[in-house]
Amino acid sequence: MVDWTDAERSAILGLWGKISVDEIGPQALARVLIVYPWTQRYFSSFGDVSTPAAIMGNPKVAAHGKVVCGALDKAVKNMGNILAIYKSLSETHANKLFVDPDNFRVLADVLTIVIAAKFGAAFTPEIQATWQKFMKVVVAAMGSRYF
Amino acid sequence: MSLTAKDKKMVKAFWAKVAGKAEDIGCDALSRMLVVYPQTKTYFSHWKDLSPGSAPVRKHGGTIMGGISLAVASIDDLSAGLLALSELHAFKLRVDPANFKILSHNILVVLAILFPNEFNPEAHVAMDKFLAAVGRALSEKYR
Repeated sequence: MVDWTDAERSAILGLWGKISVDEIGPQALARVLIVYPWTQRYFSSFGDVSTPAAIMGNPKVAAHGKVVCGALDKAVKNMGNILAIYKSLSETHANKLFVDPDNFRVLADVLTIVIAAKFGAAFTPEIQATWQKFMKVVVAAMGSRYF
Repeated sequence: MSLTAKDKKMVKAFWAKVAGKAEDIGCDALSRMLVVYPQTKTYFSHWKDLSPGSAPVRKHGGTIMGGISLAVASIDDLSAGLLALSELHAFKLRVDPANFKILSHNILVVLAILFPNEFNPEAHVAMDKFLAAVGRALSEKYR
C-alpha cells in the first residue's frame, strides 16, 4: 500500500527505538485532553480532568496514554502492512468506542509536538517529514473501517 | 473558540519569553513547512534556494515572525490589526488559507523544540488558539 525507502524505515526505527511509550504516551494523551478539551467526552470514567494539573496528574489518563501509544509499536514493526494491522482496532473505535476519527489526526499532531520537544534539533525537518508520513498512514488505517 | 483574557495573558507572557529567537523560529518553521509539506513550495517558485535555513528562507521567516509580533500586539482586535496583511494574502499573494494551519503546526513544532520546558500544555493550548485566530483574521478579506 505505502512505499518506504530504506532511509525512511531506518528513520522511524531509529526514532521509535529512542522513545519510551511509558514517557511519551501519558504526555501526549494529557496534551490532547488539555489542548482539545472536547476530547474529554470519551473519558468520563477517568475521574478528575477539570484542570491541566488534574489531567497531568491523573493516573487513568497516564495508563491509557501508554495503551494508545503502545499500539503504535505494531505499526513500527509492520510498516509495510499498517492497513491490515489496524483493521480490527479501527473497527473497535468505529463500532464500539464511537470515537470521531478526526481525533486520530489530532493525536498524531500532538504526538509530533511531544516528540519534537523530546528530541530537539535532532528532530530535523527530514525526520519530521518521515514521521508525519508514518502518522498519516496510521491515521488513515485507523479511519479505514468507518463507513 | 475566541481568545479569553487568560489566553491573551498567556500568549503575551509566552511571546515575551520567545521573541528574542523570533528569526530562528520563523526560519525553522518555514524550512520545515517546505520540507514536510512540499506542495507549499508552489508559493516560492521565484526563490533560488528552498532548502532548510537558506538565505531567502531565513529572511522570509523573519518577515512572517514580524507579522506574528504584530498579531500579539493586536491581540485585542486581530481583524483590525491584521487587515492589511489579510488583504495582501487574499488579493496579491492568493495563499490558500488551508496553509495557515500548516504553518501554525510547524510553528508549534519549533516552539516545542526550542522551548521544551516553557512550551507546556497551558502554553500549547493558548498558542494553538492564538495561531488559529491569526489564521482566521488573515482569511477575513478572502471573500
